[in-house]
Amino acid sequence: MSGYARPSRLSEALRILARAPQAVLAGGTDFYPSRVARALPAEVLDITALRELRGISAKRNHWRIGAATTWSEIIEAKLPPLFDGLKLAAREVGGVQIQNTGSVAGNLCNASPAADGVPALLALDASVELGSTKGVRQLPLHEFILGPRRTALRPGELVTAVLVPKAKAAAASNFLKLGARKYLVISIAMASAVIEHRSGKVVNARVSVGSCSPVALRLPALEAQLKGKRFDASLADWVNPAHLAVLEPIADVRASADYRKQAALELVRRLLREMA
Amino acid sequence: MNRPRAEFLAGTQTTQFMVNGRKVSSRAPRAARLADVLRDELGLTGTKIGCNAGDCGACTVLLDGRQVCACLTALGQVENREVLTVEGLAKNGKLSALQVAFQNHGAAQCGICTPGMLMAAADLLLRKRKPNAGEVKDALAGVLCRCTGYQKIIEAVLDVARRPALAPSPAAGKAVGARAGKVDGIAKLTGAEKYGADAIPADALWLRVIRSPHHRARFALGDLAAYAQQAGLARVLTAKDVPANGFGIYPNIKDQPVLAEGEARFRGEAVAAVIGTRAAIEALDEARFPVTWEPLQPVLGLDGAMPEGAPLVQSDKVGNLLLDGGVRRGNVTATFANCSAVAEGTFETTFVEHAYIEPEAGWARRDGDRLEIHVSTQTPYMDRDEVAQVMQLDPQQVRIVPSACGGGFGGKLDIAVQPLVALGAWLTGRPVACVYHRPESMASTTKRHPARIHARFGCDAKGKLQAVDVDAVFDTGAYASWGPTVATRVPIHATGPYAVRHVRTRGRAYFTHCHPAGAFRGFGVPQGAIAHEALMDELADKLDMDRLEFRRLNALRAGDTTATGQRLEHSAGLGQCLDRLKPHWRRLRAETKAFNAGAKKGGGALRRGVGVGCMWYGIGNTALANPSTLRIALSPQGRLVFYNGAVDIGQGSNTTLTQVAADALGLPMAQFELVMGDTDRTADAGKTSASRQAFISGKAAELAGIDLRRMIFAAAGAPSGEFLDRDYRLALQGASVVFRKGGIVHRWNIDRELVGEGRFDPPTQALDPNGQGKPYATYAFAAQIAQVEVDEALGTVKVLRIVAAHDVGKALNPIQVEGQIQGGAVQGLGLALMEEYVPGKTENLHDYLIPTIGDAPRMDCILVEDPEPLGPSGAKGVGEPGLIPTAPAILGAIDHATGVRMRQVPVLPHRLKAELDARPGRRA
Repeated sequence: MSGYARPSRLSEALRILARAPQAVLAGGTDFYPSRVARALPAEVLDITALRELRGISAKRNHWRIGAATTWSEIIEAKLPPLFDGLKLAAREVGGVQIQNTGSVAGNLCNASPAADGVPALLALDASVELGSTKGVRQLPLHEFILGPRRTALRPGELVTAVLVPKAKAAAASNFLKLGARKYLVISIAMASAVIEHRSGKVVNARVSVGSCSPVALRLPALEAQLKGKRFDASLADWVNPAHLAVLEPIADVRASADYRKQAALELVRRLLREMA
Repeated sequence: MNRPRAEFLAGTQTTQFMVNGRKVSSRAPRAARLADVLRDELGLTGTKIGCNAGDCGACTVLLDGRQVCACLTALGQVENREVLTVEGLAKNGKLSALQVAFQNHGAAQCGICTPGMLMAAADLLLRKRKPNAGEVKDALAGVLCRCTGYQKIIEAVLDVARRPALAPSPAAGKAVGARAGKVDGIAKLTGAEKYGADAIPADALWLRVIRSPHHRARFALGDLAAYAQQAGLARVLTAKDVPANGFGIYPNIKDQPVLAEGEARFRGEAVAAVIGTRAAIEALDEARFPVTWEPLQPVLGLDGAMPEGAPLVQSDKVGNLLLDGGVRRGNVTATFANCSAVAEGTFETTFVEHAYIEPEAGWARRDGDRLEIHVSTQTPYMDRDEVAQVMQLDPQQVRIVPSACGGGFGGKLDIAVQPLVALGAWLTGRPVACVYHRPESMASTTKRHPARIHARFGCDAKGKLQAVDVDAVFDTGAYASWGPTVATRVPIHATGPYAVRHVRTRGRAYFTHCHPAGAFRGFGVPQGAIAHEALMDELADKLDMDRLEFRRLNALRAGDTTATGQRLEHSAGLGQCLDRLKPHWRRLRAETKAFNAGAKKGGGALRRGVGVGCMWYGIGNTALANPSTLRIALSPQGRLVFYNGAVDIGQGSNTTLTQVAADALGLPMAQFELVMGDTDRTADAGKTSASRQAFISGKAAELAGIDLRRMIFAAAGAPSGEFLDRDYRLALQGASVVFRKGGIVHRWNIDRELVGEGRFDPPTQALDPNGQGKPYATYAFAAQIAQVEVDEALGTVKVLRIVAAHDVGKALNPIQVEGQIQGGAVQGLGLALMEEYVPGKTENLHDYLIPTIGDAPRMDCILVEDPEPLGPSGAKGVGEPGLIPTAPAILGAIDHATGVRMRQVPVLPHRLKAELDARPGRRA
């Protein structure tokens, strides 16, 4: 295995990707665990030296989070309250070791139903930017993650950034994770929300739930219900089980399906209650 | 130091970086894990590998001042950057304040997680000079510890800001009872300690085991020679190569094959082993190994194994039954009829994984007609005899050299890599090494026995227990392992630590197509305690008595007779434990009541509860000989060497036994050198299990110290019997011993080697067919209180507080005793709330949950010392007792908080929520 490249320029990385399929390595937090006691792949493209993929910047209409930005960088970045939920999620990604190297885009590409970053990014209405030698395209996050371990990434493509639209009004956000232990836990259920509000009224609500369906989902019925409501703790009172009907939780070693439904409902209520 | 691995030298590209302030360059492939490069190429084996998946954090190092998992970091990513490992913490031979604090606080037990903990703490302390406890937890959360219960680690990190100095070693005669630092502590804190995978010779061949992916399957091996050639292997081992292909704990039950023949009986069972260079083994494509599987219908769970006509796991084990044992005393049926209150229930537990952070590891070499095996183990002598038996060699032809043991908890009482590396080395003539990877360790090694316990307890109107009837069945997996021990020990302990005259208890173990269930801290007693403590709560409630007072009323005390008809002569301190807990009980109950009143008023979902659990535990083997022999040698050069066959698996026996030996001899413990557990050099001290080392080997250490003292006095020409005069102070100065008493000073130049020896075998008596006899020479007693907070809307439980009172006879070293209690309690918390091993589904440390630093509650230890006359300075054991009362106390607290008695553990949120919703009128 000699095929290891760690280019410093995106164009070079994309050329390497265009030449032959590569195992893309960023923080290594999924790359190595999926290869315990197994040989490492023959061709590895290490993207951690790509400056273009690092850091968070404010553009005119959106925020750009470089694909290889780590969770610790998210936690430490000075960002508006819009990102509070994402920061809370970042603190739940493994221990500090994992947060120090694990990347935002890696969490998306790994496409776990329990990915800690996905509910918060869905609530942020995030898109992914995909680069290849053929050009750049953007996909809304919900069109990028297709199912467990499945994404819309095409051969030769690399996620280069995660894009988050700027809030159109004052924004609050939140994230809750439920697991059977504190720290280092794969969630039983997660919920996140972004509420844009003006004059004490909700102008826009985005609520998402993770670990309760093959891919984390937004709750459009609830979001519609919350629009125009008073932005205070009473928001939680509008939530009813029908709003979560889109979820399709499974039973596994962590919880029963029924419990996940109940827990998701409770998490969403708490999430909203805590936000005002 | 290891020599570099050959394949690393083969690389063409070099990667330069800084390690511990030193510029290094590596020729390893750039995608190689940094952890491997550090360990194998640079010889920095202080960085440990517990999972290779970022789950355990043992490999934590600092990269440019920030903690990362070295197992998840590519070599290429550290180019021109700075790596700090545990070896770099001490500067110029001077320990850092962090290491000093760890040593003073006893923050390292087995020490395998310690490098990771230290590096995570170093990261925090670089950023924050005086962190608070919450910040310490956040920073250290990525490192799992299975020994300590985390509390001493947190205390140590909080203490660093004080710049502590190393606590002095106790003076001569002052060691027993002192809070002495571990004699092997510094090595664990600097990365110098060598564990099973740390000192493998560079020229060793490596071995990988091919395992069954099915619970039960017939299999046929294909063209092994062709595979070996294609994969570049030196040798493939199969059942045919094993001289005597059966092993097992009991001399008459060697039922587990080293390599299965024809049929695999559990998922993870070894069916073949391949041997080659490390590069060949690591490049191996196991999927191409030539084997065809024919899956068969497996027998799973007790409901699969027990029905009449169930398929047999082992064809000669009728009804899948391994053992049916029990205790009968008095007239149970008639007595229940006269009881004023009766409580009854069925309780279920599941497979629990030991989850020591060090996976099984070791290596063997052949020297003529002898085999030498270096391995992480709890029981070198049993390993020696087992390997000899499998290899059909004389036991004297086998030498076991235990490495430091990175956690055992019973799991390293069974052999794992030992016979395989032995066979490999024997056949190839080369050193052969094997290091289990985490999923393999979890899939193939023993677990705690799942239990289904039906129990019935009855008492009179005043609350005195009258009758106990317990029927416990256990899933023992595919092979016997320690199943007989569990099925025997549980009926003896099934009454709980209470005086009761009419007893009928039964224990049965059944075979299933699962990994063998074996020894795990408590040998089934923790499962039994869940049942007896639930029923004690229920009886107290029925009589409207306080739950703690009810236990106090029934507590066994000296002079009482146990269910096996044994009169307890001494050292039965449960009453004292409960008395010491009483003020905490009252305060916590009052606090809890106030909290719940507020919570109800505020409409919140949180409810608190307080529970109490009690336990007793017979120390050592059950009604079997259980000797230990230790030696202390004084050489003419003045070297004092403790030949200690008791393996320290983290619990601290290296230290406590040295303390005992030192005071018995009359020299300071700092002057002892230690040889631990080498079967060629030490005598048989028995296995590290059943909480026996402090009591049995402790007594042997005391006797060895006295024996050497006697010999020294005699050699120096003192009148016989004068060695007993403790007014004589000894000093070892160079090659002489100086005797002082009052104004008398006498110097003896050591002119010959003296070897003192001590042997102790605790007096027991075999059990008769009714289970009557004296199975143990002494018992430990304990009671713990747990306070919990239940979120009734989510079914989650947080343990806020544990107060643990333990009768340990004598705390030989209070730091070590507290460490055992705290570590045991947090394992008990895991048993109660989160640990459930499901074959094929939880074979890693992220799907199988053990408590993290955030789950550990505040723990207070109360040490009760009701001396055991047989023990060294009155000491008994404490290794297992810490775990046993915790789950019962937590379950009682959940019941107190919510009115729900959970009869199945672990109490996962969905299970508790379902019961909460089933309360009358409480449907959410």
